[in-house]
Amino acid sequence: MRVEATAPSAEGAGAAAPPAIMLRGVNKHFGPVHANSDISLEVAAGTIHGIIGENGAGKSTLMSILYGFYRADSGEIRVFGEPLRLDSTADAIGAGIGMVFQHFMLVDPFTVLENVVLGAEGGPLLGPGLAAARRELQRLEADFGLEVDLDAVVGELPVGVQQRVEILKALYRGARVLILDEPTGVLTPQETERLFRVFRALRDQGVTIVLITHKLREIMAVTEAVSVMRHGKMVAHLKTAETSLEELAELMVGRKVLLRVEKNAAEPGSTVLEVENLSLVDERGVTRVDGVSLSVRAGEIVGIAGVAGNGQSELLAALAGILPIQRGRIAVCGGEVTPEHPRDAREMREFGLAHVPEDRLRMGLVGSFEARESSILGYHRDPAFNGPILTHPSEILADCRKKMSAYDVRPQDPVLLTANFSGGNQQKIVLAREMERHPDLLLVGQPTRGVDIGAVEFIHKSLIAMRDAGCAVLLVSVELDEIRSLSDRILVMFEGRIVGEVAGAEATERTLGLMMAGVVPEDAGVRAPA
Amino acid sequence: MEEAFLLSVLTLDATLRVATPLVLASLAGLFAERSGIVDIGLEGKMLGSAFAAAAVAAVSGSAWLGLVAGIGVSIALALLHGFACITHRGNHVVSGVAINILTAGLTVMVGIAWFSRGGQTPALPDGARFTAIVWPGAQALAGIPVFGTLYKELLSGHNILVYVAFLAVPLTWWVVYRTRFGLRLRAVGEHPEAVDSAGISVAGLRYRAMICCGVLCGIAGAYLSTAQNAGFGRDMTAGQGYIALAALIFGKWRPVPAMLACLLFGFLDAIAARLQGVELPMIGAIPVQFIQALPYVLTVVLLAGFIGKAVAPRAIGEPYVKER
Repeated sequence: MRVEATAPSAEGAGAAAPPAIMLRGVNKHFGPVHANSDISLEVAAGTIHGIIGENGAGKSTLMSILYGFYRADSGEIRVFGEPLRLDSTADAIGAGIGMVFQHFMLVDPFTVLENVVLGAEGGPLLGPGLAAARRELQRLEADFGLEVDLDAVVGELPVGVQQRVEILKALYRGARVLILDEPTGVLTPQETERLFRVFRALRDQGVTIVLITHKLREIMAVTEAVSVMRHGKMVAHLKTAETSLEELAELMVGRKVLLRVEKNAAEPGSTVLEVENLSLVDERGVTRVDGVSLSVRAGEIVGIAGVAGNGQSELLAALAGILPIQRGRIAVCGGEVTPEHPRDAREMREFGLAHVPEDRLRMGLVGSFEARESSILGYHRDPAFNGPILTHPSEILADCRKKMSAYDVRPQDPVLLTANFSGGNQQKIVLAREMERHPDLLLVGQPTRGVDIGAVEFIHKSLIAMRDAGCAVLLVSVELDEIRSLSDRILVMFEGRIVGEVAGAEATERTLGLMMAGVVPEDAGVRAPA
Repeated sequence: MEEAFLLSVLTLDATLRVATPLVLASLAGLFAERSGIVDIGLEGKMLGSAFAAAAVAAVSGSAWLGLVAGIGVSIALALLHGFACITHRGNHVVSGVAINILTAGLTVMVGIAWFSRGGQTPALPDGARFTAIVWPGAQALAGIPVFGTLYKELLSGHNILVYVAFLAVPLTWWVVYRTRFGLRLRAVGEHPEAVDSAGISVAGLRYRAMICCGVLCGIAGAYLSTAQNAGFGRDMTAGQGYIALAALIFGKWRPVPAMLACLLFGFLDAIAARLQGVELPMIGAIPVQFIQALPYVLTVVLLAGFIGKAVAPRAIGEPYVKER
């Protein structure tokens, strides 16, 4: 069942050929949650089909059903016309379905070759199986432009290459349908483009590709047909050529959304944050931030772009007083931080800094706290909330209620456990907590990660409003669209250093993409780092 | 000079004897821990097996039947641990400690009820024990300097379980690094989701690993009561299960380094036996208690940091829950 070069898709998708995947009336409940309700889907063989929807729309559940991870409560599944009963992943693999998960299913200490053969070793002894696999993989690599060093240890490979290993793994198992869940989240635009070339090569050789994403742009760029999911239901099946970004966004959210944030030119005031030559070494001795200098003025948003893991998180944590710095100096709203005089997060807050952390559930909120408790974290010493010994629960409750209505948190219930709010509403609780203090400097990390489009719009507007009110905003995000639409100036980080700076208005995806890979294009208005 | 040589060969010979149960238990732990199951219950499995082997050997008069009984009990305990940790996602350490406490009490209780000897089993006659196997020509070759002594004292003259233990090391290496089962075993301890998504049952693999663990621990226990000694005494494992676990970590979950660690611990034990009552120059007689404590002290010191960071299988101790 290896992938062979079959007839081109144009003929393959003729009327006689059954669809690669056909679902009818698929339902799945998790307790009271109806994660998939009455889903129908048809994916034509030899095409690239997009499935789009917000977080929690039920896309991943549906794909897990298709891959045999979960059993559907009811409904019919046909793969290439054959009715299929999927009781385990092995059944799905046997039917020719391959899956590339958002979090890679790779064993880090294993070599590429060992990872690929795991589960398809070809006999009780490894030796002959590995040799046969090596030959087969070399052929697949050559056919699809998926070059990987088969003897490299997977944990040491960059994520883009690890993803290629995942694709090879599926192809090696004879996958004729390849499902990819949010495959571009960790890639630079150039790596994404390369991935899309692989998709097209695969499609031309007869492989059907199902691309699950929340990025509208990617759907438009690479798919032929798209299905939209909302609240566990399929709401539309469209031909990509006949739809538009705006229409897809509206279908996803169920109402009209503004994709582009409207804002006026910034009117920067005095410098609020000044970072000089900052370096940070983690506990393993690896330099995470390497001689970074930057400044942020009142009334401007400075965006830090970069592929995840290039030091942005550590920079943000250092500025917030969470990680100690080894070299350099931070001056913020009149306060100063040096390696000799470290400040903790509380002292930084007292300087007039607020911080919306990247990972809200790990650093921003306590899931098992009630919303009102989460909504004062970090400001819980405020005299307004405290008596001489005990807290004032009624004050906290009233304050939380006020913030919830101002930031449209739903449900508006201050005693509901934090973990029971959706991602977008949790993020609004954090934003309300940090922004309502009217800080001089706002540090924001990944403000819309795991947040639905409706809330994204609200969060973006709030950030612009903060800027216009004279707050200095430092924004760290791996979402390029977000960085480009919000930032007045953009700094790009690569391997702990700032590669360069571009004005927000002049930044193109190509320029930023190159800079995110450590290359400074000469023509594009890029300034070398200060 | 010749006497010193003989003495050191005899010490090494004792090292092998003492290290045998450690090697077996360490390899048992390797199978469990490589699959992601923390096995602090090696001690309990050895103890249960030691009792079962001695009791059955005493009743039946056959060391081999005793061995089978020991392995059986050890596998049952390993599966019990698996049932708690794999099927019911219990805490591995709690379950392991429970097995240790359970066997410590149960062996003595059953022993008293069965044999009425205060928890001991009757002393085993030679026929019901694994006794030394003298290699062909050991006496004839004994006269040859160096080689003869090595052959006679070090290689020849052990019981069969000692040879089994040291053959189990390359066998385990081969299974772990050269077979399909080994590849999957290593994968399931690192990233069970990857194994599951490759269409292999995580629970099935872990149960099989626990059976391998049970077999090896069973041999280790039977060795204690029917080969090294002639009968079961209460708590006769005396922490060797823990030392085996320490050796496994010291050896970074690899068969050959784990064996070397066991030999090191065994060597210290053998030295301790030799040094008892011996006057050392400058120091004088060393208190027996101090020497007996040495292997344990070394365990703590080595684990506390001398070996560098031991990187455990990543998913060790984490129950596998299918969700994303």
